[in-house]
Amino acid sequence: MHMADALISPAVGGAMWAATAGLTIYSAKKLKENVDEHIVPLMGVLGAFIFAAQMINFTIPATGSSGHLGGGMILAILLGPYAAFLVMASVLTIQALFFADGGLLALGCNIFNLGFFPCFIAYSFIYKKIVGEQPTRGRILLGAMVAAILGLQMGALGVVLETLFSGNSELPFSTFLLLMLPIHLGIGIIEGLVTAAVVTFVWKAHPEIVTLAPSSPAKAHSHKPLLIGLALFAVVAGGMLSWFASTHPDGLEWSIKGVSGKEELDAPQEGVHGAMAWIQEKLAFLPDYDFKKPEEAKEGMAGKEGEKASKGKEEESWPAVSAGKSLAGILGAALTLLMAGAIGFGLRRYYSHSKG
Amino acid sequence: MGHIESSLLNIGYLETLSYQQTPLHRLDPRVKLLTTLVFIVAVVSFGKYEITGLLPFIFYPVVLMAVGNLPPGYLAKKILLAAPFAFFIGIFNPLLDRAVLVHLGPIGISGGWVSFVSIMIRFTLTVSAALILIAGTGLNAVCLALEKMGAPRSFVTQLLFLYRYIFVLTDEALRLARARALRSFQGRGMGFKVFSSMIGQLLLRTLDRARRIHLAMLSRGFDGKIHLLRPLHLHGRDVAFFLGWSGLFVLMRWFNIPHLLGNTITELFR
Amino acid sequence: MSHHLVEINHLQYTYPDGTSALRGVSFRITHGEAVAIIGANGAGKSTLLLQLNGCLLPQAGTVRIGDLPLNKETLSYVRRTVGMVFQDPDDQLFMPLVHDDVAFGPLNLGLPPEEVEERVVSALATVGALHLKDRPPYRLSGGEKRAVAIASVLSMSPSILVMDEPTSSLDPQTRRQLIQLLKTFNHTLIIATHDLDLVLDLCSRTIVMKEGLIVADGPTLEILQDEELLHSSGLEKPLRLQGCPVCQARSGPAG
Ligand SMILES: Nc1ncnc2c1ncn2[C@@H]1O[C@H](COP(=O)(O)OP(=O)(O)OP(=O)(O)O)[C@@H](O)[C@H]1O
Ligand SMILES: [Mg+2]
Repeated sequence: MHMADALISPAVGGAMWAATAGLTIYSAKKLKENVDEHIVPLMGVLGAFIFAAQMINFTIPATGSSGHLGGGMILAILLGPYAAFLVMASVLTIQALFFADGGLLALGCNIFNLGFFPCFIAYSFIYKKIVGEQPTRGRILLGAMVAAILGLQMGALGVVLETLFSGNSELPFSTFLLLMLPIHLGIGIIEGLVTAAVVTFVWKAHPEIVTLAPSSPAKAHSHKPLLIGLALFAVVAGGMLSWFASTHPDGLEWSIKGVSGKEELDAPQEGVHGAMAWIQEKLAFLPDYDFKKPEEAKEGMAGKEGEKASKGKEEESWPAVSAGKSLAGILGAALTLLMAGAIGFGLRRYYSHSKG
Repeated sequence: MGHIESSLLNIGYLETLSYQQTPLHRLDPRVKLLTTLVFIVAVVSFGKYEITGLLPFIFYPVVLMAVGNLPPGYLAKKILLAAPFAFFIGIFNPLLDRAVLVHLGPIGISGGWVSFVSIMIRFTLTVSAALILIAGTGLNAVCLALEKMGAPRSFVTQLLFLYRYIFVLTDEALRLARARALRSFQGRGMGFKVFSSMIGQLLLRTLDRARRIHLAMLSRGFDGKIHLLRPLHLHGRDVAFFLGWSGLFVLMRWFNIPHLLGNTITELFR
Repeated sequence: MSHHLVEINHLQYTYPDGTSALRGVSFRITHGEAVAIIGANGAGKSTLLLQLNGCLLPQAGTVRIGDLPLNKETLSYVRRTVGMVFQDPDDQLFMPLVHDDVAFGPLNLGLPPEEVEERVVSALATVGALHLKDRPPYRLSGGEKRAVAIASVLSMSPSILVMDEPTSSLDPQTRRQLIQLLKTFNHTLIIATHDLDLVLDLCSRTIVMKEGLIVADGPTLEILQDEELLHSSGLEKPLRLQGCPVCQARSGPAG
């Protein structure tokens, strides 16, 4: 399932972008070093294949619904982790841009959830361990099943954590997890079955294609992706925590204090993350203007409105103000929309006239 | 199948839109990409109960759609199609967060509903910005911008290849799917076995095609690097576009414009 | 001009899966010749063409292009000399825009941008496709794709042009235009095709292949009249040479 822009905060989106950008650069570098760059066209064409394959579906027995191929695992099996990650990244980019699946800010999250987990973790540490150098039908089936299921579970966990850290959804952690994991178990089983079936099919026709990937360089340093992944995750988690700490001073402060002895963690100021964090810093003029309110709103009853209004900052506190103020807000909102409509209409008239 | 078929047509239509010659389309793709990102970050940086502060941001998509001659109805339909996930997660807010947050006269509105509406507004804004980016720029130009801005070349190159062959391969997949549909009756033949051998078949053909493409590239001197000959030049209007909108986003982020407007008007009538 | 020479000696090629596609092929083509290679499906035509510019390297026997034998060292020279137009233009047009695609070869040759531009324009003009310059390849019709694919090879100024089934899936008029276009070329032309009427129009010499071997090599008119040879190679006399009753009835009174 794709993460959406609307559900994430800039800090989470930015941190995941940083992680993904890092992984992309790392994979591109590895590709250049270890694998022939001649496979770049093959990668692109296989990315298109993932789209094409999704147009063919099958009926899931006894449910009446239909399933299709997701992609990450099969790409990893055919191309190895680095190339597969890059292909997944571009598949998701196209989906974000053309189908509005996810969004641009959430793209980092989505690539991480649906690219990093299956390609680097599930493939490298599960599929390859199970299938080994001499694939057999049974091993391919087992490997693809387990890897696809676990890969998707990790992805689902990613979605839950990212949503939670962003703080836009009210869903409690356990509920959300209980919602997401079973759904993704189903999706994972289907994905595993399809992957295994297709890989076996291709393996029977062209054994060299499927045994190609194990000889790819991932084997030589199969521990590396994990280490790098973990390091990246640490950066990401650090970024999220520091943001979390700055907006929820009463929530996580103690744990961060306990761990680092500092009030807040400093987000790393390099690369995309630095840029994103910088932008966010510049944009978040009033970093914690409303996060205390909802909590109090939950505890306190509606009667405490007046009290809270004095706490919140004036411009931002539409939700917690008196009826008179809300009226002004609604009036202003209506006017804003009206103006936007009028400007749009006017410009359209103007440009169609100047053209015709 | 019908859904995907139509969404592919949509790719084609989005692309057709991107071939127009309007002031929006003539801008440097890098500037449009950056402005879109600033817009999205500004929009999602609002607090979860924000509604009015988000509204002025609608100016950006509205103005760009008008200037870029992009059909609002079509974009709205695409936004609706993508809505389910945000809706699905957001709809839990009213169920879980029932404390009344706002009073509109006698009616009390819970925080959950406010944050749900806020999520849906963000969703509309961010998705429309992304769609406008692609309809007003085109994927090839976006790729070029990515490359100029430092994205790894192999990533950009295979993104271009992916886009190039989506049309060719989906065509092949559709032919396969149609051939199966024509010969399957009462759901027989739509099952897993046929499905997986079809996908396998498609994959083999794809690998074959990739091999032929590679040969064609080798025949024309491909040595592992693709040269994208296309200089980009920043003009004054590009810089103005970026600075103008970004400045506006900062203002809109800082001041709650509908509030100021509403206050001024209620003051006037007092 | 010796660099227009193509000489093949006892060439053999077996695919990795064990299909033996070429089983000892020899011929020599000199400057300016237009040669057709015909034969039933699977006879080995495409495999032979792929050898000519080093897409496949010979496993036994030799390929000489101009003065040089084809091997790893001479590969880039050979690819510059021999321009290859593939059967499916979708395989050949892989860049985002027609212009980029035609520029792909010259850029790989390391030419300066101005010259690349010049070559792109002149190659597209030659095939009458200059107006398609800024279109993406997947939005072209079959005939337009074919024309652009040829331009993308012409832009490298090859001295030998090799084409695999250039007229397949073209409508009659587009096919006719393509034949007219090819007639104006003074390159050495090597065409593998099932379109025997095209052979009749364009090529003075014809090589017939069957199961990886050459079974005949001679003047086109002679070969296309030899019904027995054609039949045993899985081919058929072109309609124009069959003395078709419809045409005879029509031209009879006049002649
Ligand atoms: N990539 C490949 N791997 C294995 N065998 C192949 C491959 N390509 C072709 N062959 C086999 O080699 C033989 C010669 O094929 P080739 O494509 O050269 O024939 P052709 O004369 O071009 O046929 P057509 O007229 O159908 O194009 C055939 O038996 C074919 O099955
Ligand atoms: Mg052939």
